[in-house]
Amino acid sequence: MKLSTKKRPLYGLIAEFDNPDDLLAAAHRAHAEGYRRMDAFTPLPVEGLAEAVGFVSTRLPLVVLIGGLCGCIGGFLLQYYPNVMDYPLNIGGKPLDSWPAFIPVTFELTILGAALFAVFGMLAMNGLPTPYHPVFNAPRFELASRNRFFLCIKARDPRFDLEKTRQFMTGLKAREVSEVEV
Amino acid sequence: MNGSDALQTDVSRLEKPALIVGLLALVISVGGGLHSPVQFFRSYLRGYVFWLGVALGCAAVLMLHHLVGGRWGFVIRRLLESGTRTLLVMAAFTVPFLLGLRFLYAWADPVRAHAETAIEDKALYLNVPFFIGRTIVYFAAWMLLAHFLNKWSLEQDRTANPALTRRLQNLSGPGLVIYGLTVTFASVDWVMSLEPSWFSTIYGMIFMVTQALSAMSLVIVITLLLSKTEPLREMVTPPALNDLGNLLLTFTMLWAYLSFSQFLLIWSGNLPDEITWYTARATGGWAWIAVLLIVFHFAVPFLLLLSRFVKRRIRLLSAVAAGLVVMSLLDMFWLLAPAYDRAGPRFHWLDWTAVIGMGGVWFWRFIAQLKRAALVPLHDPRMARGAGHHG
Repeated sequence: MKLSTKKRPLYGLIAEFDNPDDLLAAAHRAHAEGYRRMDAFTPLPVEGLAEAVGFVSTRLPLVVLIGGLCGCIGGFLLQYYPNVMDYPLNIGGKPLDSWPAFIPVTFELTILGAALFAVFGMLAMNGLPTPYHPVFNAPRFELASRNRFFLCIKARDPRFDLEKTRQFMTGLKAREVSEVEV
Repeated sequence: MNGSDALQTDVSRLEKPALIVGLLALVISVGGGLHSPVQFFRSYLRGYVFWLGVALGCAAVLMLHHLVGGRWGFVIRRLLESGTRTLLVMAAFTVPFLLGLRFLYAWADPVRAHAETAIEDKALYLNVPFFIGRTIVYFAAWMLLAHFLNKWSLEQDRTANPALTRRLQNLSGPGLVIYGLTVTFASVDWVMSLEPSWFSTIYGMIFMVTQALSAMSLVIVITLLLSKTEPLREMVTPPALNDLGNLLLTFTMLWAYLSFSQFLLIWSGNLPDEITWYTARATGGWAWIAVLLIVFHFAVPFLLLLSRFVKRRIRLLSAVAAGLVVMSLLDMFWLLAPAYDRAGPRFHWLDWTAVIGMGGVWFWRFIAQLKRAALVPLHDPRMARGAGHHG
């Protein structure tokens, strides 16, 4: 809305929608139109939206798998090494390598490893926490965590053209289309 | 109406062949049974417990869906309902089983029951009249549940009355409690008492999960067969398949978790009364069956079902599910057969004819019930809401 401060560079255009269906349809149209650098902001998960804005996949599952494997192997060795190699102790006449007894701890540490890698891997890869982000400048953006749905086409998209893109987005059942400054 | 026409070209062609194959296999079984009644009843029990488990698993998953909702359930609801209808056939199959009790259970054999004090001490519970009485109570409870689960669901198709959904929910809550109690007692009666001196308190839970898993697996395979049929085709979407795959993954993990818990406790306790059950199942050729179960009943399906790529493709998901059906059958064999064959697995031909015979008749009843109604529930108020999100 701050059309007067034109000196600051543009981050993109953001459109505000009333419901997830309109947003999803808009994202599909924008993708069909050739836009690739876009992002959507919603208060709830919208099935198919990630694919619609051209999100393919992340390497996060791989990171989680590595975390799980680290926890699994580490958890097992944590018990195997002291019980069998470092300080062998006969407990109840059981074999030193009592692997069935090691499984619960191994299992728990697998979960722990995967969960830690998931949380910190996610934070590392998506850049959160982000104290400042250009979309915060969009009017009423705080409603993205309540009942509004936003679609932002970024200025660095090769097909981005302020006038044409604004025209295109206005035709998308949006409540309002506004410019977002960096 | 288009739907049931298409179904007739697809699956209903199998209705009569299933019955013919089933009856033929049962006749051969009985023929073999005249020659060796002991083997006949042992094989019969294996097939019986498996197919009854599928029917009961259908009831459990169906009630679960009534309680929690979700788009996955609308895809398979009619299949589950038809599955519960096969309880009538299973009730009929109970009669020969009750006639052969003394061939199956040491406690039902007048000679052996008094030879061992461990068995004699349990005679108050493990005796033939009480056993038959309990069996009648179980089936009465199950068939009553199945009756109302089907009746109200079909009534909603006709009347579009949204209150029926609430009524089905009110039935399903207590229904699952009844299911849990009856299956616990039934698994103790029919399977655990094969080795009357052994006991495990987690046993009923393992059976419930096995039943839900085999029912889900079979229903997913049948979904593949029906996925070209019109009303179902629109509903077999990648997100719905993803949910079904996740549920299958949950049951697979739960099966491994419960089975391992039982093993770990008995292994740690290391008491002579308890470990005999595992030593019988982990020595001789049985160890190989146990390894097969760990790898193909847990590890492989677990890793495959983690992948969205697999879960979202009906053919891949069905392939995993088909593998799990086979493994459930092997699991049942591993639970039951070592009670007699300590030396190692011995697949008698009567095992095959019993499973195929009962399975054929089971499918005949299943398909006949499936044809009676639309392939998907028509007027569940929760369904429209679910459809809006991915429509």
